[in-house]
Amino acid sequence: MSAISELSSLTKRKGPVTAEEKKANGRDNKAAYIFLLPWLVGLVAITIGPMLMSLYLSFTDYNLLQPPEWTGLDNFIRMFSDARLHNSLGVTFTYVLVGVPLQLAVALLIALVLDKGLRGLPFYRSVFYLPSLLGGSVAVAILWKQIFGTTGLVNQALAMFGIQGPGWISDPSTALSSIILLHVWTFGAPMIIFLAGLRQIPVMYYEAARVDGAGTLQQFWRITLPMLSPIIFFNLVLQIIGSFQSFTQAFIVSGGNGGPSDSTMFFTLYLYQKGFGQFDMGYASAMAWFLLVIIGVFTAINFIAAKYWVFYDD
Amino acid sequence: MMTKLQTLPAPDKESAGAGTPTNHRKPRKARESRGTLAFSRAARSKALMKHAILILAGGLMIYPLLWMVVSSLRPNDLIFREPGLWLNSLEMSNYTDGWSALTHPFGHYMLNSAIVVIGSILGNLISCSMAAYAFARLQFTGKKLFFGIMLLTIMLPFHVVIVPQYILFSQIGWVNTFWPLLVPKLLATDAFFIFLMVQFIRGIPKDLDEAARIDGAGHPRIFLRVILPLMVPALATTTIFTFIWTWNDFFGALIYLTDPDMFTVPVALRAFVDSQSATSWGSLFAMSIVSLLPVFLVFLFGQRFLIKGIATTGIK
Repeated sequence: MSAISELSSLTKRKGPVTAEEKKANGRDNKAAYIFLLPWLVGLVAITIGPMLMSLYLSFTDYNLLQPPEWTGLDNFIRMFSDARLHNSLGVTFTYVLVGVPLQLAVALLIALVLDKGLRGLPFYRSVFYLPSLLGGSVAVAILWKQIFGTTGLVNQALAMFGIQGPGWISDPSTALSSIILLHVWTFGAPMIIFLAGLRQIPVMYYEAARVDGAGTLQQFWRITLPMLSPIIFFNLVLQIIGSFQSFTQAFIVSGGNGGPSDSTMFFTLYLYQKGFGQFDMGYASAMAWFLLVIIGVFTAINFIAAKYWVFYDD
Repeated sequence: MMTKLQTLPAPDKESAGAGTPTNHRKPRKARESRGTLAFSRAARSKALMKHAILILAGGLMIYPLLWMVVSSLRPNDLIFREPGLWLNSLEMSNYTDGWSALTHPFGHYMLNSAIVVIGSILGNLISCSMAAYAFARLQFTGKKLFFGIMLLTIMLPFHVVIVPQYILFSQIGWVNTFWPLLVPKLLATDAFFIFLMVQFIRGIPKDLDEAARIDGAGHPRIFLRVILPLMVPALATTTIFTFIWTWNDFFGALIYLTDPDMFTVPVALRAFVDSQSATSWGSLFAMSIVSLLPVFLVFLFGQRFLIKGIATTGIK
């Protein structure tokens, strides 16, 4: 069961609380809170406290040296006219809206090929999964920067066919695409979730469909896709939330400045520059809350849209 | 909601070796082989085609990594002229040069990373397993609410808390120490591990702790003697993922560790990029390989747990 499904099942009532249960509730309280102590301290000191603090700071001007100065909605109004911020939103949206569907499509495709009782599955699964583990590292981002450099691996390969490739990373029109490609390259983790999901589809559905004369494609559209839709949904929510927060790849590939000409200036990279480059902590906090709202809206849209395309068996 | 995921097997329901999907596919395979000769021939050529596609795709996936390994063993002037993987000579100097290119030998940064990684693993194992025991086995007031909050924190973007966290840790004087990287782990902020362990504990028969309770064991003893030994697979998954994520963590190290003495491997590598001219790509690749090696080894030995961890909880 996923965290997302648990969360929504919490709102369902399980029936009245009996007197016995109430007694049991009282009995374990002390032990429970002792076991929860590290987490509770962390929740207050590392999560909720800082959240409230950043909400406050987002209404202030604060540079770490002087005490925060209340400026009301100034930071948010500033965001309206900040062209670099608008650009960074565009870059991030492009990354999420192109990268995530592309990555999930590849993950699903490979999972489908791997699913049908093929020999050597553990080997293939490892090969496809490895990039997922390494993809977030600085080392791979450095490698990527070289592969898509003017004299990099990609252009060397193209040169063998007599094609003069562009300077992918140094050209504003292609720089973001190479980072998106890096994201697609790490499709292994969603692929494994898809594989686990495919395993759960009862074989008898396919058998029945075959008896009725359904072809491979028809079986995919009528059985696999609907039965897998909760998992596609789960991957989608997870990947979108994660992709909005991408940082390392853009930072390394662009040399830390979102270049060329801000074409890889992700929202998080801009936030980093404001907060930890220029110590404009108030503005950075406002940006962080804006990011939270954006992610919240995207997740909400996902959940609303899910009613129309996610299929539940029961 | 997410009903299909709810039917995913809990990790404990599978015996140690039976975790791979291949085992579940056996019935179907057997059925296919019972077909006619013509059918099996068609199936075989279809399978062959699939293998060809997969090998091609897999090769393409892994090629950049192999190229980096080979490039790290090439003289600098050849790296950007050789798209292939053949080597005429072994240029070990890339490794020796790279190792000592920064203020400290690269081993110093690996040691820093190792300290942070080991501390993070211990922190996550202790704090998350304790919280998971409470959520999975104990009844207490506010359980539902706390559990819901815990699940929500899994999805919370860390940027919302990073600015005040930084201010907090800098005011305590913890910038350029490992504490800002370790303390959150000790306080169970990696909530998906709590969730993973809750899932796992729910799969352990309750009879076991009830028997222990009848024998007079309290919760600490049940937790330490009954539950913990049984949840080794979940602890292993947590250990492995914490290792890989902490080893790769760039953002945290970037903002908290500004003194080169304290650099972990990712920030050291980045400093390497900044400090070197474009002529020492061989050394840069060599140190990149060195930095990826621990992750690769963990991947090699911990694959089973990695795959299960992802398949059951969706962590990356």
